[in-house]
Amino acid sequence: MEKVRYERPIIQKMNTGLMNKFGTRTEYEPVTHIESVPVKSLLNDYGSPLFVISEKQIRRNYQNATRIFKTRYPKVQFAWSYKTNYMNAVCRVFHQEGSWAEVVSGFEYDKALGNGVPGNKIIFNGPDKTDEQLLAAARNNSLIHIDHYDELYSLIRLSEENKLKPRVAIRVNMDTGIYPKWDRFGFNFENGQAWNAITRIINSENLELVGLHCHIGTFMLAPSAYAIAATKLCELTWKIKEKYNKVLQYIDLGGGFPSANTLKGAYLPGSDTVPSIDQFADAITDVILGFGFKHEELPLLILESGRVLIDDAGYLLGTVLATKRLSDGRRATILDFGVNSLFTAFWYDHKVTPAQAFGDHTEEMVLYGPLCMNIDIIRESITLPLLEKGNHLVVHKVGAYNMTQWMQFITLRPNILMIDLENKTHVIRKSETLQDLQANELIPSHLKENTLK
Amino acid sequence: MKLKKNIATSEEGFIFNPGTGDSFSANPIGTDIISLLKDNKPLETIVEIICDKYDVDQSQFIKDLDDFESQLKDYGILE
Repeated sequence: MEKVRYERPIIQKMNTGLMNKFGTRTEYEPVTHIESVPVKSLLNDYGSPLFVISEKQIRRNYQNATRIFKTRYPKVQFAWSYKTNYMNAVCRVFHQEGSWAEVVSGFEYDKALGNGVPGNKIIFNGPDKTDEQLLAAARNNSLIHIDHYDELYSLIRLSEENKLKPRVAIRVNMDTGIYPKWDRFGFNFENGQAWNAITRIINSENLELVGLHCHIGTFMLAPSAYAIAATKLCELTWKIKEKYNKVLQYIDLGGGFPSANTLKGAYLPGSDTVPSIDQFADAITDVILGFGFKHEELPLLILESGRVLIDDAGYLLGTVLATKRLSDGRRATILDFGVNSLFTAFWYDHKVTPAQAFGDHTEEMVLYGPLCMNIDIIRESITLPLLEKGNHLVVHKVGAYNMTQWMQFITLRPNILMIDLENKTHVIRKSETLQDLQANELIPSHLKENTLK
Repeated sequence: MKLKKNIATSEEGFIFNPGTGDSFSANPIGTDIISLLKDNKPLETIVEIICDKYDVDQSQFIKDLDDFESQLKDYGILE
């Protein structure tokens, strides 16, 4: 006689009157495949945990976003935000699709060059650019977005000394009606600082002002804030044309569009509440098109979107290490990946689904990572089927920031795999070893001999 | 592991404690175990019967049975 499929025994107290009107969300629909490749075989072949990136989804996201903007506005250029995910394979997919590079550090700049991006298609943002990096960017004809006066004057000096005329923009910060106001980067619009910087650049013989840039925040949920930002950049662009008879080539509205992840503390899931790219595109392009620019003087619209283009292309697959019960009776499930790998668990309630079929019973649980640290919590409360040691789980929408902000802490970082358009798998970053970790460590000679007798 | 005498159970997994008024539901295997406890079966017999019926090895089930016992204790169902 065939045996009945096993699940561990549970008993649950029945409560009434405690549910919210939407009920608790239960993720018991198993996700057994990523782009037609079985999760089980991925974990068998490449180890657990494992980051998986779908090339198909990246391209789908990019093509969708460009279509949305290009059907509304004639001149649109995306620049891939390296800090969101600077795995070279990922960057190259974006570059193949036509995306420029947007970098915020010297090594990101070098990565972009290494990925075959011509210097004149690299946007160099951020407050930290050394003289050496500024010179390299100027010589490569890159777009240098100036963050502060110290940088502005350094660049003027370097350009004079080296007889260069770099193409520059300034980053403008402004009140767009949202909180917190990001005023730590760039020059302020309202207090006239931005106009002063513009005047200084235009009066300099060694800098060419070609655009204006802003980046109003991250995970922005209000398209109207982008309309305000676009209006203020258009006002500056218009004023520059009026006062100096200079037509700027572009305005760059930065990034900040949200993915469909659910922020911690949100009442409803992100997939139900986050505005679509269409809404952001409407807000931005309506302003620029309605501002009164002559058709031939319409600025190129640059967007530095990161998260919205990559988050749902990334998955983290993992395995249950153990289950236990906490002192208050709640179930605790310990996974083989923690906040060191899944950094975004600090601000999202990530969707987590089982990777194999289960029975109908579920239980509320806490998902812990494997770190010997109390803060290592993947989900504080989630309802899942009855998990056992060895079961596999899939964490969704992890493509943004995890593969750049992850930490080598207690455990080593796992493999990152890309599934290509033909569903073939490619390791794009090998899992770390102790040798990798210690490669840059040096031991002083007096400590070379082991002294523990 | 001994069930309180006044605990009422149904074949569908509904459990009622008339002493406290609390109601509980168990999954099928939990219901089987409670039913065996109600019949005063010793632990060894419970392990044998369950491992015979379900696709599980004995060590795994004994571990899970420990966990189930602590759930029953927490809910005040055991003597």
